[in-house]
Amino acid sequence: MTVRIQTEDFDLGQELISMRLSGNDRGNIGALVSFVGLVREFTDNSLNDGDSINTLTLEHYPEMTEKALTAIELEAKERWVIIDSLIIHRVGTLQPLDQIVLVAVTSAHRGEAFKACEFIMDYLKTSAPFWKKEATSQGERWVEAKLSDDVAKERWK
Amino acid sequence: MNINILYFARIKESVNYSSENIDLPKDVVTVTALKNYLALRGENWANLFNGKQVVRAAINHALVDDMATISAGDEVAFFPPVTGG
Repeated sequence: MTVRIQTEDFDLGQELISMRLSGNDRGNIGALVSFVGLVREFTDNSLNDGDSINTLTLEHYPEMTEKALTAIELEAKERWVIIDSLIIHRVGTLQPLDQIVLVAVTSAHRGEAFKACEFIMDYLKTSAPFWKKEATSQGERWVEAKLSDDVAKERWK
Repeated sequence: MNINILYFARIKESVNYSSENIDLPKDVVTVTALKNYLALRGENWANLFNGKQVVRAAINHALVDDMATISAGDEVAFFPPVTGG
């Protein structure tokens, strides 16, 4: 299980190769599921619907972030039989089309990896201390938390 | 008791600083009590901490609810609902 918080971009291909080929259990991996979150070019908030985004800045709570993400990985590992998991989350100022987050999970069979990957993202969205601020031509504003993210988390209870 | 308070994101911008060390009165021992105490600092603080806005809290880097108890030396953080991912 790995957690990385970083300002720099990540090489998606390289990260997935590394998930496939590293670790003593690599011979048991039958499924590798990954999710990549990206910066959208256009806002989808009712406040300024359709504005294009110049930059997206991610703030976090450094002392807490890694602990929170590790706790989510541990919870996923308790719920499903997975082999390994990786979370990379970027912070700082990003541009449209940039990668924000990668979650990757390996398991023997696809069902466990799909579920664990989605679970990790749903929990990350609602309990990891990150905050997004959008800069548009209309000025800067903090992104509002979405009720749909809370609903997505609830279904795992 | 003496604690550290950290503020993040919209709340940090609104109170205009990111952290403070503070001596609390004896009766301020829960997150709710601390929010009420901070709300007395003026209009800006009242707007943040009077309960109309959702303000989440963490104690020593773990999310807590408003009933949580604060102890001397704790790091208490206040922030808006998270929006990462």
